Amino acid sequence: MSKRKVKETHMTVGECISQVQVILRERFCHQRLPEKPVGMESQHKHLLELLRRTAVHGESNSVLIVGPRGSGKTMLLNCVLRELLEVKDVNKNVLPVHLNGLLQTDDRIALKEITRQLNLENVVGDKVFGSFAENLAFLLEALKKGDRSSSRPVLFILDEFDLFAHHKNQTLLYNLLDVSQSAQAPVAVIGLTCRLDVLELLEKRVKSRFSHRQIHLLSSLSFRQYLDNVRSQLSLPQDFPDTKFCEEWNDGIKTLCEDQPVVDVLQRHYNSSKDFRSLHLLLMLALSRVTASKPAIKPTDLLEASRVCMVDSKANILHGLSILELCLIIAMKHLNDIYDGEPFNFQMVHNEFKKFLQRKSHSIHNFDKPVVIKAFEHLQQLELIKSMDGSTAKIQKEYQLMKLMLDHSQIMEALQKYPQCPTDVKQWALSAFG
Amino acid sequence: MKNAKVQIEGLISPFTDLATTVVAKDTTSSSTEYRLSRGYEDEKLQRVTERLPCREVQASMLLALMGEPEQCSYPSMFIYGHRATGKSHVIHTLLKELELPYATVSCVECVSVGLLFEQVLLSLFGSDSVSLLSRSPSLSDFVRVYKQLCVQAPAKQTRYIVLDRAELLRDMAANLLPAFLRLQELVEDNVTVILLSEIVWDKFRPNTGCFEPLLLHFPDYSKGELQQILSEDSHPSYSPELYSAFINILLGVFYSVCRDLRELRHLAALNFSKFVEPLEQGKVKEGDTHKLWRNIEPHLKKAMQTVYLRELPYYSKFLLIAAYLASYNPARTDKRFFLKHHGKIKKTNFLKKHEKTSNHLLGPKPFPLDRLLAIFYSVVDSRVAPTASVFCQISSLVTLQLLNQVGHDDQLDAPKYKCAVSLDFVLAISRTVSFDMVKYLYDFL
Repeated sequence: MSKRKVKETHMTVGECISQVQVILRERFCHQRLPEKPVGMESQHKHLLELLRRTAVHGESNSVLIVGPRGSGKTMLLNCVLRELLEVKDVNKNVLPVHLNGLLQTDDRIALKEITRQLNLENVVGDKVFGSFAENLAFLLEALKKGDRSSSRPVLFILDEFDLFAHHKNQTLLYNLLDVSQSAQAPVAVIGLTCRLDVLELLEKRVKSRFSHRQIHLLSSLSFRQYLDNVRSQLSLPQDFPDTKFCEEWNDGIKTLCEDQPVVDVLQRHYNSSKDFRSLHLLLMLALSRVTASKPAIKPTDLLEASRVCMVDSKANILHGLSILELCLIIAMKHLNDIYDGEPFNFQMVHNEFKKFLQRKSHSIHNFDKPVVIKAFEHLQQLELIKSMDGSTAKIQKEYQLMKLMLDHSQIMEALQKYPQCPTDVKQWALSAFG
Repeated sequence: MKNAKVQIEGLISPFTDLATTVVAKDTTSSSTEYRLSRGYEDEKLQRVTERLPCREVQASMLLALMGEPEQCSYPSMFIYGHRATGKSHVIHTLLKELELPYATVSCVECVSVGLLFEQVLLSLFGSDSVSLLSRSPSLSDFVRVYKQLCVQAPAKQTRYIVLDRAELLRDMAANLLPAFLRLQELVEDNVTVILLSEIVWDKFRPNTGCFEPLLLHFPDYSKGELQQILSEDSHPSYSPELYSAFINILLGVFYSVCRDLRELRHLAALNFSKFVEPLEQGKVKEGDTHKLWRNIEPHLKKAMQTVYLRELPYYSKFLLIAAYLASYNPARTDKRFFLKHHGKIKKTNFLKKHEKTSNHLLGPKPFPLDRLLAIFYSVVDSRVAPTASVFCQISSLVTLQLLNQVGHDDQLDAPKYKCAVSLDFVLAISRTVSFDMVKYLYDFL
């Protein structure tokens, strides 16, 4: 968003921080396009060349961009499109059509969307008229009429490509790829997907019409580059209004990235995932701790942000359970140990719990069965235990077979952290056989 | 210079800074224009803090992540925590008091996705927007309409969509959850989707992955915090100390079973009148907590129990008893229990000690109709003709869900049943027809 013109170069700390938040937030949250994609130069060149051939020479192409989530597929494509549209003549000539597998869940919807985005004659305002068959015939005819030299090239961009392969008979994919194979209007079909086995999803006739060009975006980022990336992501641009603050900030970031605890944290994140999204999440959390009273990112901010990112959410949930619910979980753990992971029902758990109460417990008094059932149901609601068979209506609650969705170590760790856990409960959990 | 600094601090700093900010405001009152245009007003923040006891940390973290209204915000946040830990309360209070544009939808209410879309558009863009949606809108329609409206009214501030009970989104259309997580990118608007749930994020992630939201945890209230919050709504005609003492007793009894604030509040409201009964009658004074405790304790203990029983016809009772016996006794023991002259069966043979688990642990077993009728005739005293009414009663027991039919393949010929009532229930029934149930149960020999 544009800020009003700053007359004097010197701003207050508050204004500076506000400005920093605006710039960095746009970077982390809005996935703003960078000047040049980092670490994917060859793929960038390949794709740009391919699309230019379609846009300028009227050649029909199809290509798949494959890479894990957060690896920058959309970013690469958007960078290429931006560059392509800067070329003279292309700008007015090319018709991009954006489709998303999440939104266009069947061919009928996708076709309407194509018709709408191409502004064909059967579109009035924002409404598309005609049935599916009519629309398809219309679109195909429109594409067929065209030829390589005279008609405008169409770029079909299919985000979440693998979802389009689940449509009935893959009609849309078949028709689009068929157009790209025969000498009709020039089209480029660009698919983005995170599935490596996406070609196995295609029908034989569809697969044979695909050009089998694939661009893989598998991150080859080294830790050094990762660190550089962190620095450049956090740094302020040169055109920041207050030059003095900008310099100070960038110096601060530089020293931050050399701090040993920070490097350790980043190394841990690098080891778990190299994608940019999770990095952005981390940096966003660190950035949110910057205020006017603390106008810089300190190592503790990053450490704290990392702690928030890495936390085990199930441990969090276990922490909030009541003693009764925790006792039931321990009973289930014992049942799992004794019967070697066999599923159990409420009666067995209750029995195990009663045995504990009779023999060992002094701190916990006897609960009525309905209360225990309620606790058991709460655990089921939290999906810490899961029913083995889907039909819930037919079997009584007490006898439904269940499975514990927790790890042995998770339970023990939760017990250690549990506030004011009675000693006899702890001991019961530790004893091998209930 | 210093003045501005203090005020900015108030915008997104943790709430502990608020007191100083308010004081500073009194001494200097210039450049208010700046504060109003950029962040949130102090008064509003003050009002928010008052309404969110024991949730200062979470609220200030949320505020910091949301940033100032004009700035970009993270596409999606996922907030999880136990029931009644103030997830929706904190979010709603923040959004409402700070007057941000938002839509809240409870996923329980949305039986179809169309309703969900309608509610979102209605609260974000006003009543005219809904007419743009078709009758059964798809996700594609929703995004198209949203984009169209967004062009007409671009976001000046971050828009928020709050989806309560988000675990139900998983059972709706498969694409709904991934699409909402990246809604910001799809509609190209400064919008943040906030999901609230009791269930951890790991159980939400689709097979092929999705845009990962920002995870925030709302921890459970500690005993002290519960005490503090519950003590706030004291009875007007009694002193706050007395109410606080009552809450202390209540928590002492219920805390190990229940940490649900709402449930505890309900229990407190229910039992307070009993607690002050001796005071009303003038038997004890306010200071005598021990006597008050002696009076309330049995009431609280009773509050943890519930008993219920239904009334059944005479033969139905016997049918149910027979069904229970058929479900929980092994078929090979029928001869021993129900035949008068069963010949010699050795006790050692009969009771197999190596059978580890009793049937009352494993649950009821299915049995055929013939066996049910055979046991029924042997337990019922008088001669009963197998009339239509007897068979009718069996099927009506099924509709009452006291019996369950197993396997749907054979409706008429040889249906199999399972008994679906608890031991206590059937014991109570057998007492009403003076039938000694325990004598016939294999597990209790």
